[in-house]
Amino acid sequence: MPLEITSPDLAYAPIAPLLIVFGAALVSVLVEAFVSARRRREVQIVVCALGLIGALVAVVLLAGTEELVFAKAIAVDGPTLFLQGTLAVLGLAGVLLLSERSLDSSGGAVVARAQVLPGSREDVALAEATEIQTEVYPLALFSLGGMMLFPASNNLILMFIALEVLSLPLYLMAGLARRRRLLSQEAAVKYFLLGAFASAFFLYGVALLYGYAGSVDLGDVLAATGRAQSNEGLLFVGLAMLVVGLLFKVGAVPFQAWTPDVYQGAPTPVTALMAACTKIAAFGALLRVLYVGFGRAEWDWRPMMWGIAILTMIVGAVLAVTQTDVKRMLAYSSVAHTGFILVGVIALNPDGLSGTLFYLLAYGFTTLASFAVVTLVRDSSGEATHLSQWAGLGRKSPLVAATFALLLAALAGIPLTSGFTAKFAVFTAGYEGGAVPLVIVGVIASAITAFFYARVVVLMFFSEAPPDGPTVSVPSAYTAGVIGVGLAVSLVLGIAPQPVLDLAADASRFVY
Amino acid sequence: METTSQFPWLTVLGLIPLVGTVVLLALPRRKEQLQKVVALATSLVVLVATILACAAFDPTGDRFQFTQAYDWIPAFGVQYAVGADGIALVLIALIAVLVPVVILASWHDTDTVVPAAATTSVEPDVDGGGAGSTRIGSPHEAPRSKRRSVKAFFALLLVLETMMIGVFAATDVFLFYVFFEAMLIPMYFLIGSYGGPRRSYAAMKFLLFSLAGGLLMLASVIGLYVVSADQGEGTFAFERLVELEISTPVQIALFLGFFIAFAIKAPLFPFHTWLPDAGAEAPVGGAVLLVGVLDKVGTFGFLRYCLPLFPDASRILGPYIIVLCVIGILYGALVAMGQKDLKRLISYTSVAHFGFIGMGIFAFTTQGQTGAVLYMVNHGLSTGALFLVAGFLIARGKSRLIEDYSGVAAIAPILAGTFLLAGLSSLALPGLSTFISEFLVLLGTYSRYPVAAVFAVLGVVLAALYILLTYQRTMQGKLRLPAGLTSIKDLHLREVLAVAPLLALMIVLGVYPKPLTDVINPAVDATMQDAGRTDPAPTQGGGDAAAPAR
Repeated sequence: MPLEITSPDLAYAPIAPLLIVFGAALVSVLVEAFVSARRRREVQIVVCALGLIGALVAVVLLAGTEELVFAKAIAVDGPTLFLQGTLAVLGLAGVLLLSERSLDSSGGAVVARAQVLPGSREDVALAEATEIQTEVYPLALFSLGGMMLFPASNNLILMFIALEVLSLPLYLMAGLARRRRLLSQEAAVKYFLLGAFASAFFLYGVALLYGYAGSVDLGDVLAATGRAQSNEGLLFVGLAMLVVGLLFKVGAVPFQAWTPDVYQGAPTPVTALMAACTKIAAFGALLRVLYVGFGRAEWDWRPMMWGIAILTMIVGAVLAVTQTDVKRMLAYSSVAHTGFILVGVIALNPDGLSGTLFYLLAYGFTTLASFAVVTLVRDSSGEATHLSQWAGLGRKSPLVAATFALLLAALAGIPLTSGFTAKFAVFTAGYEGGAVPLVIVGVIASAITAFFYARVVVLMFFSEAPPDGPTVSVPSAYTAGVIGVGLAVSLVLGIAPQPVLDLAADASRFVY
Repeated sequence: METTSQFPWLTVLGLIPLVGTVVLLALPRRKEQLQKVVALATSLVVLVATILACAAFDPTGDRFQFTQAYDWIPAFGVQYAVGADGIALVLIALIAVLVPVVILASWHDTDTVVPAAATTSVEPDVDGGGAGSTRIGSPHEAPRSKRRSVKAFFALLLVLETMMIGVFAATDVFLFYVFFEAMLIPMYFLIGSYGGPRRSYAAMKFLLFSLAGGLLMLASVIGLYVVSADQGEGTFAFERLVELEISTPVQIALFLGFFIAFAIKAPLFPFHTWLPDAGAEAPVGGAVLLVGVLDKVGTFGFLRYCLPLFPDASRILGPYIIVLCVIGILYGALVAMGQKDLKRLISYTSVAHFGFIGMGIFAFTTQGQTGAVLYMVNHGLSTGALFLVAGFLIARGKSRLIEDYSGVAAIAPILAGTFLLAGLSSLALPGLSTFISEFLVLLGTYSRYPVAAVFAVLGVVLAALYILLTYQRTMQGKLRLPAGLTSIKDLHLREVLAVAPLLALMIVLGVYPKPLTDVINPAVDATMQDAGRTDPAPTQGGGDAAAPAR
């Protein structure tokens, strides 16, 4: 049979958010090339803001769309749009954090020339120089574009491309810290190597699944799982490898090893962006793969995911207890949260889907704001991230300490904060989905996480400040605004979550 | 789904302290006197409003009154639903009485360098004996040098009042849970910021125990919701949850989630270990509210949630819980006797008292449960008074050790007298209010579990020992005061005003408890009915009727 290739019907309107972000990224590259160095930063911020706000507007206008476009490769449906909207807002917040210049004495968290050898004479000079670089803006935009494509991919090859588009800029950005360059570069290399492995796993999984289903389209994979097949081995191995790739990105145990190092080493604004946005995008993709492609093969993946969820919750919570660095602690806490979100994923019911979407949004805002607070506490050598340096912060700057305490309360899931509503949503869904043991492990892990969050509060409020402790820098409107919005969302979603819950519930249907 | 009846007293009661808090926070930092007056005034307004609400409460009317229900988070079937039955009402009244008392008693707590810090500097190497009570805490803990914010202290107290009223008023299990957890936060800061030398350890322990229990309860709350969703519409409304048919194994699982949370809160043996630390390190006002009210949420929870929602599980597990209660009564009393730290001693006496309350509840008799509810109120009054007077003494002597004091009665007769009266109330002397409750609990227990009642009576004897011995050691004999002190002043007017209402209530309710029992009885009957239990029939032999009625 001769191979016939029909050109697919290309509908551009439903993918407008993606087009806008990628378009903005291209413009941003051109700005790098043609705008004078002095004015580049301002122009880049405007381009990023316009791109991301434009994407958000497009998402709002597209609300309610449910269709497969580009030869069924891209699914524009509730979860896609919900996550794209969330990513646009959080991405903008992340870009604003990157644009902060009033905290570091020499301006910006990002090193001006990353190629300079750390520790060299040039590097020492660079640390004091007020040079800035703006390549980080196009990198962030490309990464965000990839993130927005990731949960929309209904085709495994496209999903792989999205994975690479979102990951490659992040590997670079992780190595750009202005202070503690070696740590940052080490983080970047680790992230890159492990990420490359994960991508390879993902790709191998795609190949095996193609062997199983004869297609890389999630709808076809679903159809294939419905037929009686003899080559189930391909399905098992392919599914497992695919999921390994995705679990790496969400930071689930046993694929979490990179999280603390990268979170600690990367410039904090980049960490914030990564912690909030990458997790959202990767969970979006995971949801689509498991709910759409393997919704009928649940017996093949749910037992495995049970084990991973339990491990992730326990390991994340327990290891976080032993951390002495704020960023590493938040990293392990993000691992524990991955476990909690997995409870919603495993539920495999509409409540699970909407609960997971809600959790991602709530967690994204809280964690972004938490990292933003971390950027404020500084001593002469940059950010003071060792926990002992945070002692007595409550006396020195009650406002910052109280803000951080509220954010930690939200992360701990204290009632009247977004974290509680979110946890309640996924645990209820898990319970309904028959995952009662998971819920019980979840509440126990929550109790453990409460310990280290509370310990920070103890340090900040009940301990005396060390004499040479760090100071809290006054941020510009960028960081202050991000923290304010993050805090407001964390509280509003705890006190009056209904509108967003409705939004998530309305969005909780995949097309395939 | 919006129903309202009568004036929304409960919401108003909850809002007044919040309004007071906002006013308080808006005041300039320097005007400390004004801040205190505002806090006191707010709490007095709550008291007046509570009295009006109690007057409006019709004991013969509906079980839940002042009810309100508005949708809060329809996605989860959560409502803002409040309502008070007799049990909740008397506990809210207890809050309304205790908060102004506590504010008055804490008037100067934030002014001076807090006594606890001085204890450590005066006697740096005091090894507080068995309890290690006055040892300096973690190494980073230096004696504090700065004064703490007055505003924050009283704001925390008022916020706590709102939470406490909310937790008793909620008739939606989710709302109850929210208040149950949220209540921890102001108390955590009260202990951690204003407490004794080991305050940060005590605050952490308090928070973690309560939070762990609360999270187990959360699992059960979710379980209840899912069961209700299986049998129709998912809901948290108490009156609908009571009607659910739950299979016995599920009941036991869900019961345990609630029970452990409440048992930690109450605290029952063996979940009590946080209380002596928290009670000893908390500022006096905080300790009064902690033991007087917060802990009552646990026993209130047994009565309101465990028994009616899980009747089968309560029946099956009840005898085991009675055993725990009896152990708690004896253990608490014995350990109390061995304490060297006055505040730890009072905390341990509470462990014993909570054993009595738990026993009364799980005995499943009307007398026992009425006695238990009365006990909750009376314990709040008597232990509250005991903590206050002990706090006054400690504020004067800057030491919490019993052995540092002797013969105080000679120079401070009013202090000694109030201490004695509060102590006598704590040991349930006839004529004081606690006697009636303890008697009812024992009577109610005896008719179903005579052996348990017999053992519990030993607790009464032990109570006399630990109270009278303490009184004898500290107040009688040759005058001795902590190092560096030659004399201490007797209670002054503010302190007398703070403690007098509690003492007066003890005596009045001891002689004439009818207003309370009238309100409590219908609610207890309703609880018994929900739990599907009836009193054992009285027989000639009394104790022979101990076999469970059904």
